[in-house]
Amino acid sequence: MNEMNTGSLVAIRDLTKRFGKKAALDHVSLDIPAGRIVGLLGPNGSGKSTLIKLLCGLLVPSAGQALIAGNLPGPATKACVSYLPERTYVPGSMRIRELAAFFADFYEDFEQEKADAMLSSLEIDPDAPFKTLSKGTREKVQLAMVMSRRARLYILDEPIAGVDPAARDFILKTIIRDYNEEASILISTHLISDIEPILDDVIFLRNGKAVLSSSVEELRDTRHKSVDAYFREVFAC
Amino acid sequence: MAWELDNDRPIYTQLVERLKLEIVSGFYPPGARLPSVRELAAAASVNPNTMQKAFAELERTGLIITQRTSGRIVTEDTNMISQTRRELAEEQIVLFLTRMQSLGYRKTEIIHMLSEQEGKEKQDE
Repeated sequence: MNEMNTGSLVAIRDLTKRFGKKAALDHVSLDIPAGRIVGLLGPNGSGKSTLIKLLCGLLVPSAGQALIAGNLPGPATKACVSYLPERTYVPGSMRIRELAAFFADFYEDFEQEKADAMLSSLEIDPDAPFKTLSKGTREKVQLAMVMSRRARLYILDEPIAGVDPAARDFILKTIIRDYNEEASILISTHLISDIEPILDDVIFLRNGKAVLSSSVEELRDTRHKSVDAYFREVFAC
Repeated sequence: MAWELDNDRPIYTQLVERLKLEIVSGFYPPGARLPSVRELAAAASVNPNTMQKAFAELERTGLIITQRTSGRIVTEDTNMISQTRRELAEEQIVLFLTRMQSLGYRKTEIIHMLSEQEGKEKQDE
């Protein structure tokens, strides 16, 4: 029931979530060791967001369980999981400076200096209200906040969707530079080719089931194609 | 600027090739200090564990050396660097010959064509 026994940072066992009759997540079992960058891939409606919400304690499982650092989702896991939701929750009138103060208040592991350094490298005015920023800059600011926590698990739900290639590059480089090596990162995306080189492992979800869990290099080595190309093959309709 | 990577091969082998090329071409001269794994991984936009694995391979062959105080440096053994350069050149030659032979040329013809090409280039100069 704890980390010692499973050896993994995240241990998911028979995790199931039903909405009415439909199983959005259907008996999924997975392990994520510490120190890995993991891509959570699957078409729309495959259960990626459901899995993420279960890990973040925003949904309650119908059956099975997920343990993070030996704990069920709750206050203990929220203190060590840094989550970037797919949709923004920052009030438009909030200034960047206030957002950082908000994070510092909420999370003991928030590192103000790190956040300041990232914001200054982005050349963002800390007094600018959030709503005055472009979409790409909003993504970058939120990512900077999330990556400024010294967390054990970072969960990034579609961090690069809807931003231009330059912003995408910045986001990927931020992820590579700023996570600590004992932590793991779970990134959900359907923009696989952009993110593939930074991943250690990939998980493919289809109709609520985990159909593949592999290291990226192993997959490229045995299939002689990119994860992106393989994904297109597996999910061809 | 992310490094150009082929889709059909493991990333790790491509990083090893690229780093070797940067060493034999003198971009990282003998004894030069290499950037940290994290820095280079960010520059290439690749996973740090994969970059680490590429470094480990180059350490295994002796082309780069880890020093406890000053990080990783390129070997000062210039013979080893020339030998690696030679090996990379031979790989290119084998590849070239295979392609030419698949076009139906014999080795003697290929050598003849090479010296003809050399003559043309001299005229152009």
